[in-house]
Amino acid sequence: MLEIAARQTQLEQTISKLSSLVITVLIFAALVAAAFWIAERTSERAQRFVKYLIFLVPALLFLFVGLIGPAIRTLYLSFRDARGQNFVGWENYQWAFTQPEILDVLKNTGIWMVVAPIASTGFGLTIAVLTDRMRRPGLVKSLIFMPMAISFVGAGIIWKFVYQFQPNDRVAEIGLLSQIAEWLGFVPTNWILTAPLNTFLLIVVFVWIQTGFAMVVLSAAIKAIPDEILEASMLDGASGWKRFTKVTVPMIRGTIIVVLSTITIGALKVFDIIRTMTGGNFKTSVIANEMYNQSFRALNYGTGSALAIILFIGVLPLVAYNVMHLRRERAER
Amino acid sequence: MRILKFTKGREVEAVKVHLSSPWASFAAILLATLWTIPTFGLFVTSFRPSTGINGSGWWTVLTNPEFTLENYSRVLFEGRGATPPLSQYFLNTLAIVIPSTIIPITIAIFAAYAIAWFDFKGRNFLFFSIFALQVIPLQMSLIPLLQLFSGGLHLGSVTIIPSFGITGTFIPIWLAHTMFGLPLAIFLLHNFIAQLPRELIEAARVDGADYFKLFRQIVLPLSIPAIASFAIFQFLWVWNDLLVALTFGGGKREIAPLMVRLAEMTGTRGGDWELLTAGAFVSIMVPVLVFFALQRYFVRGLLAGSVKG
Repeated sequence: MLEIAARQTQLEQTISKLSSLVITVLIFAALVAAAFWIAERTSERAQRFVKYLIFLVPALLFLFVGLIGPAIRTLYLSFRDARGQNFVGWENYQWAFTQPEILDVLKNTGIWMVVAPIASTGFGLTIAVLTDRMRRPGLVKSLIFMPMAISFVGAGIIWKFVYQFQPNDRVAEIGLLSQIAEWLGFVPTNWILTAPLNTFLLIVVFVWIQTGFAMVVLSAAIKAIPDEILEASMLDGASGWKRFTKVTVPMIRGTIIVVLSTITIGALKVFDIIRTMTGGNFKTSVIANEMYNQSFRALNYGTGSALAIILFIGVLPLVAYNVMHLRRERAER
Repeated sequence: MRILKFTKGREVEAVKVHLSSPWASFAAILLATLWTIPTFGLFVTSFRPSTGINGSGWWTVLTNPEFTLENYSRVLFEGRGATPPLSQYFLNTLAIVIPSTIIPITIAIFAAYAIAWFDFKGRNFLFFSIFALQVIPLQMSLIPLLQLFSGGLHLGSVTIIPSFGITGTFIPIWLAHTMFGLPLAIFLLHNFIAQLPRELIEAARVDGADYFKLFRQIVLPLSIPAIASFAIFQFLWVWNDLLVALTFGGGKREIAPLMVRLAEMTGTRGGDWELLTAGAFVSIMVPVLVFFALQRYFVRGLLAGSVKG
């Protein structure tokens, strides 16, 4: 009986969710259609103004309410106390740079920023060069690229299973890493609890995802190298390695830097992997995770905001570089 | 950024054949295999009975094949106490993803069109300002937006924006995804729309089409490839998101998407591998299918504008 009732409510909820979804989409479509219908019937004089109202104002409004306004307010909150009621000066920042736990967090973030981009770009470049010399690289590229479609949460579960450790000696290992360690004659440990190794194990998950991104972008850059240059270097008798270091890498230097900086930005903001795999425990926390904990667990908006600002300052030069690079590229076109 | 050239001349093919080496192929295939093993392990495990999963590694299935669909039926359709089964979270994900993709794309294509083809001062400045907004990490918006959604906006005792009582519904999540998706969406779509042939736009204007007709009849139909490209991005991004849903969903089960539930399951039921692996696979399946079906668009979008900030 109980089960039937549960099924019943499940069915009801399903129907109500799907219908509200359809209704929402219809309402939105109707709104847009109505705006167009009215706008097209206004006079030409009025349209000069109406066209901005319909095409540009919604986006600007969303950007202001969702990004610019909140960013300014976060800056303000970072100088206030936990509830945002009193001015506390630099206290929150002082806290961030003196608390031992937070210093650990900043140190981990630093490790992420250095190791993750270099490893992802290195693997990505290697695979891009290798597949460039394959006749049918399609499947290999797809397989390397596939993790990009997988969520950090899903990837976290996949790799948590790889790192699984059985503390009981009589039970067979079910985690691949533990089993490989055993095959190689090592004694497996509880990997995910062992600092500082665990931070690197979490970075592996991120690299596993980002390598596909690096590969695709670098692969396109390698393909764009003029063929005459490669042919010339071949006629000169340059070996494969020499061609790679003396021709390929210098030719795609700009792209490599953009890939590095893009992945560094991602590494700075990493949150889901940490939260899924360790919850930030065992000395693995990073700044984005700590920001969430301070803001929404400890409910301290002051320290949470200060961490967000520190994150912002870390990202700023990288994004600025990418924007400038893009501007230059457009100017050249 | 430069767009991929998919086709190349014949001489190039000849060079490529000359360059292609069996060792490179071997190394690439080896790496691809290595990259796939973790996912494959999850996939195999999700079909094994729980005694098998906890008793032996998934690589032993070759000698000891034993498969079941029970994990999927349990995780998808059996709730536990107040916790609904995963199928309900799947629906929540759909209810979040579809509006969170449609709304930002609509607003972004409007803005991209206005910036590309309306004649006003500071167009370029506006465009780069919007692009530069990608500097603002999501984290900087979380607290103020949450306060806005739950309490409205007040200046002293004057209410500027009321709270509307939308907390606990899907609306804050839709709005947040829209806001965070806009800079990249406008950037990508603008790059495309600005490159439409000027003669085409001017001819239509001469024929008496106003800016609305022009959009409906010419710009929108021609922009479908760019829209598809960004739609895949936004779809994958929202589907895979944890942070936005966690923050703006307020931990309510009725609206929590798959990712929130899975993250919760790894925390509280880290040992139930039969449920975790099946659940994870359910959540991975849709984006991976979308990805394989539309890979070409995805790659094009990626090359056109790096990734989301």
